[in-house]
Amino acid sequence: MQGPLVKFLTRHPSTLLFLIILASFTVLVTLGSEAFGTGFVSTSLVKTLGKTLCLCLVALAMDLIWGYCGILSLGHIAFFGLGGYMIGMWLMYERTRLIVMQAAENTQLPMTPQEIQDAVGSQIFGVVGGSEFPAIWMFSHLLSVQLLMVVMVPGVLALIFGWLAFRSRVTGVYLSILTQAMTLALALYLFQNDSGLRGNNGLSGLQNLPGRDDTPQSVISMWFFWGSAFALGLGYLCAKLIVESKMGNVMRGIRDDEARVRFLGYNVEAYKLFIFTLTAIIAAVAGALYYPQAGIINPAEIAPIASIYLAVWVAIGGRGRLYGAVIGAAVVSLLSSWFTGGQAPDIPLGFATLKWVDWWLVLLGLSFVFVTLYAHKGIGGLLEKLQTGTSK
Amino acid sequence: MSGALLEVNSISVSFDGFKAINNLSFNIDSGELRAIIGPNGAGKTTFMDIVTGKTRPDEGDVIWGEDNVSLVRKSESDIANLGIGRKFQKPTVFEDQSVTENLMMALRNKRNPLAVLFYKSTRKDRNAVLSIAFDIGLESNVDQRAGDLSHGRKQWLEIGMLLAQEPQLLLVDEPAAGMTVDERNQTIALLKHAAKTRAVVVVEHDMEFIRNLDCKVTVLHEGSVLAEGTLDHVTKNQTVIDVYLGR
Repeated sequence: MQGPLVKFLTRHPSTLLFLIILASFTVLVTLGSEAFGTGFVSTSLVKTLGKTLCLCLVALAMDLIWGYCGILSLGHIAFFGLGGYMIGMWLMYERTRLIVMQAAENTQLPMTPQEIQDAVGSQIFGVVGGSEFPAIWMFSHLLSVQLLMVVMVPGVLALIFGWLAFRSRVTGVYLSILTQAMTLALALYLFQNDSGLRGNNGLSGLQNLPGRDDTPQSVISMWFFWGSAFALGLGYLCAKLIVESKMGNVMRGIRDDEARVRFLGYNVEAYKLFIFTLTAIIAAVAGALYYPQAGIINPAEIAPIASIYLAVWVAIGGRGRLYGAVIGAAVVSLLSSWFTGGQAPDIPLGFATLKWVDWWLVLLGLSFVFVTLYAHKGIGGLLEKLQTGTSK
Repeated sequence: MSGALLEVNSISVSFDGFKAINNLSFNIDSGELRAIIGPNGAGKTTFMDIVTGKTRPDEGDVIWGEDNVSLVRKSESDIANLGIGRKFQKPTVFEDQSVTENLMMALRNKRNPLAVLFYKSTRKDRNAVLSIAFDIGLESNVDQRAGDLSHGRKQWLEIGMLLAQEPQLLLVDEPAAGMTVDERNQTIALLKHAAKTRAVVVVEHDMEFIRNLDCKVTVLHEGSVLAEGTLDHVTKNQTVIDVYLGR
């Protein structure tokens, strides 16, 4: 089993390098964490870094579909969010149930299962004026089913949506608009109180693992950090295996000249559907790891602007280069939280003060314009230039 | 039934009222080399679009092979897999990928996504690619990016990709466009070589090129067949002279 993998990694040293960097980073953060190390990395920083790893994973999915297959999907944030909702349902149900059970211990009469269910229902849905469990919460008490739904719900949605879109041969900017419309429709639906997912309140308290009240957040945050790092490493390896296979050749063929691929006898629609669904699932897994670290998910998370950010990360990092997508997502999202977190020093200009909280978006927009006009290959392309420059 | 490989039965197609193909019928036999000529707008490219599934005819039928399969409702990829390869007017190779990768993708193999994802190149496939690269004179360019090849070599690479598909019928649209004299002669040799084992249909404007191909010629005009026969025969035909050569 190990033979082919070792061979693959020696043939693609950049992948090995990426995995080594990721592993070293994980060890470094662990040694610096409050739970397992010296504590110079605060728990909130661990969470930020863990979330960043998840964003890198969804950017990887975006690079596969956009950078390699040429489909600018603005729907992958919807799959990311759905993954978060699916795991959030179990986290919220189970934790609320344990709290209700705990409270029930102090009462005289033991509660019937129905009473427990009602109490949990009014705890969760009281905020949207209900106490009944909608049908979609049917399996929320089963972690295994909800984990399966993390993969299945976005997967099936992508399969159906992709089948409809690709078989009508919708391509290019029209497909982007269509995927954006899907994302917006989903967000608007979730905003409704009777969507069954608590409307604009979303799901909250996701940072608490049910039955782990005694485990401090500093430890739980490290569990998720490790999980995210593992998922990113595995995702990167799988993505690399795909793009280096003949599938990768066909994908790049579809990106560059779809009609030609068709006349070679490849069913282009089937390939697009395969990649679209696969990347939707990767995005969903990333979302399922992201939101327990964020602690809350609400429909605003899948607003149209989020899809644009995802595309901007990949464009700035460098399309068609897997590490480019990862670098782009990491650099831009970390810079974004630094600037918008109020940590960046304001710049007094005399007549006015440049507040980064407001001006960061302008800077991001300008850098996107710059990349589009002058550096198509993004940061990844710059790195390649440096590499060939030094080797000459 | 006749032994025809491809039967075109009175097809018609119009775009916005313009009849691009008007009741067109003719046959291609297996192993035949055929040239199609005609003035601009005669329907040469539209004919290829219909055979390869890019355009659906309004009327008529296209019958393929021994099993008499109708092609008019089939998708481009299905038709390609039935054994019809097409070369476009403009050389279309995957510029971002190497010559080997281009040929490997074209090589006759399973085409479904899962088979392609888990495909491992065998010695047989690698040898097949090398021998095609040799046939098209690109044996020393196998690792080169296709986009860095000269115009003529891109044309050959595309013909090589068609050969790799092992089609029974090759449709070639203006292969000599933009080529030097030397490149033209090599292209003629390549097409004649290909026609030894399969049917080849060449659409071309260049009379000298067609004379060198030395094959049966079909003249199209306003979407239907105007004349058919040897080049000498059709060039003596008065109507052909009037509509095409006389201009």
